[in-house]
Amino acid sequence: MENASKSIVEIRQLTKSYRRGGQVVPVLTNISFDIMPGDFIALMGPSGSGKSTLLNLIAGIDKPDSGSLKVNGIDIALLSEAELADWRAANVGFIFQFYNLMPVLTAFENVELPLLLTTLSRNQRQERVELALSMVGLTDRMAHYPSELSGGQQQRVAIARAFITDPLILVADEPTGDLDRVSADDILAMLARLNSEMGKTIIMVTHDPHAAKSAHSIRHLEKGKLDVTPQQ
Amino acid sequence: MHFLKLISRNTLRHKLRTGLTVLGLVVAILAFGLLRTVVDAWYAGAENASSTRLVTRSSISLVFQLPINYQERIRKIPGVSAISHANWFGGVYITEKNFFPQFAVNEKTYFDLYPEYLIPPAEMKAFRADRKGCVIGRKLADTYGFKVGDTIPLRGTIYPGAWSFTVRAIYDGAEAGTDTSQLFFHWDYLNETLKKTITRRSNHVGVYIIQISDADRAAEISTEIDALFKNSLAETLTETEKAFQLGFVAMTEAIVVAIRIVSFVVIFIILAVMANTMAMTARERIGEYATLKALGFGPRFLTGLIYGESLAIALAGAVIGILLTFPVAHAFSKQVGTLFPVFGVSLETVFMQIAAAIAVGFIAAVMPALRASRVSIVEGLRHIG
Repeated sequence: MENASKSIVEIRQLTKSYRRGGQVVPVLTNISFDIMPGDFIALMGPSGSGKSTLLNLIAGIDKPDSGSLKVNGIDIALLSEAELADWRAANVGFIFQFYNLMPVLTAFENVELPLLLTTLSRNQRQERVELALSMVGLTDRMAHYPSELSGGQQQRVAIARAFITDPLILVADEPTGDLDRVSADDILAMLARLNSEMGKTIIMVTHDPHAAKSAHSIRHLEKGKLDVTPQQ
Repeated sequence: MHFLKLISRNTLRHKLRTGLTVLGLVVAILAFGLLRTVVDAWYAGAENASSTRLVTRSSISLVFQLPINYQERIRKIPGVSAISHANWFGGVYITEKNFFPQFAVNEKTYFDLYPEYLIPPAEMKAFRADRKGCVIGRKLADTYGFKVGDTIPLRGTIYPGAWSFTVRAIYDGAEAGTDTSQLFFHWDYLNETLKKTITRRSNHVGVYIIQISDADRAAEISTEIDALFKNSLAETLTETEKAFQLGFVAMTEAIVVAIRIVSFVVIFIILAVMANTMAMTARERIGEYATLKALGFGPRFLTGLIYGESLAIALAGAVIGILLTFPVAHAFSKQVGTLFPVFGVSLETVFMQIAAAIAVGFIAAVMPALRASRVSIVEGLRHIG
């Protein structure tokens, strides 16, 4: 067990099961581990091992059956739906496999979206969005709609949207799963830079061992149980 | 800002689907407005009736007439300030299709009771001077192209024979709701003809029109008039002009009720279409709603998007539908000629059209909005990819 006092994510005896067709299917059983600030960890495991479920729980979009899940000292398992929504807006940046951009909004507007939940003025938002899009190399694509961008470009917009609010943690669910190798490497390099240069804590679910190599450590989930493989 | 942007862009996302839904709404709102206008036209006579005019008729039926000598007895009742009379003529102009009301009236007194019929004094003088002359309304003149000096031939049905009247005056309505589709001619001319042909029907009138000085005494004076002729050979029934007109509407109540029901059925059908459109829309966007929720947007934002889109579509249909109602109602009015003397889209109808559209937009969004607000993020995200 790592030093819990310094951890940004502290998971203790976390259990989660789903009900399917009247049957209770356990997904995570007594999971306990910590994530340190500035960590970049990859969660790996076969399909159905519970890695995405674990990611969803850490991101506050799902609730555990039992156990505690503290992020920056707050037990998010105890928050109400409305409190969780506010908490997510302030603390979590999401990167999805299929980018999940709003197709009717431009790249600029998509990145600006999470900022609408803040008190920033229009000018402040504009400055931040322009900076974020320049950081992901899409300054010249601000006015483009997602359908006018390649998969890699869409994922870069999604990354900009994820870190625009300067969240505590970034959660990425198969961020390279829908991309070719070149685009995938580009995205992984971007995540590595966010981690090393901006100190962002990143938790990434992936099937791809090549992608997992970008992380500092790899956690394997097998039938709802964890083991740890530190990176060389 | 993004909220409105999302609504407007989502609305135009599936142009064909939105276009067809708006088209359906346009047709429904237009049909609703038109049917309501038909119902209004049915009640137009009653709506425009004066509260200080009473109508006395036979208590048995309008078919039965009243002796002319009742006039002086009614005039003596306190509160009666003027009296005149009229007979429904029921003539046919060329064919039965060309329906318009014709009345034989007392040319000296009748128009004093109807100040809403605006007749130039010179034309009125010419009418009074010509026993075979007639006064026609502007709508009737416009419909058939009648001008002062023209002869209007009528084939009598209630009063058999070939009749012809020379147009001596054309009246306009003082208000938009004034019926200007009628023809009035001299009762004396009718009566003299009847004396020669069907003597027993002469010296009778269809109805008495009574002007009272105090509208609040209408019921009291009506009772007094009817009491005066109680147990006579021709008992009377006196009522306000409005009640008299509503009596005609009551004869065709079933049709009015049917039209009303159809007008609401039309709205119900478009509600089903709209609800289906919004359900499809929301189902397709479950993943997007889940993403917005994950980003921290609450259920209110999502329901606002759905309600906003639904209302935007409904109001687009309403605006076009309402704008089309006016020319279509005008064309309809021309088509039916003088069947509906007063046929115009009222402000109340426009408000009802707007209210119907808002109701459709709101109700259609209820279930999709509920579903979107309740969708679990994890479940919703599974719809992507």
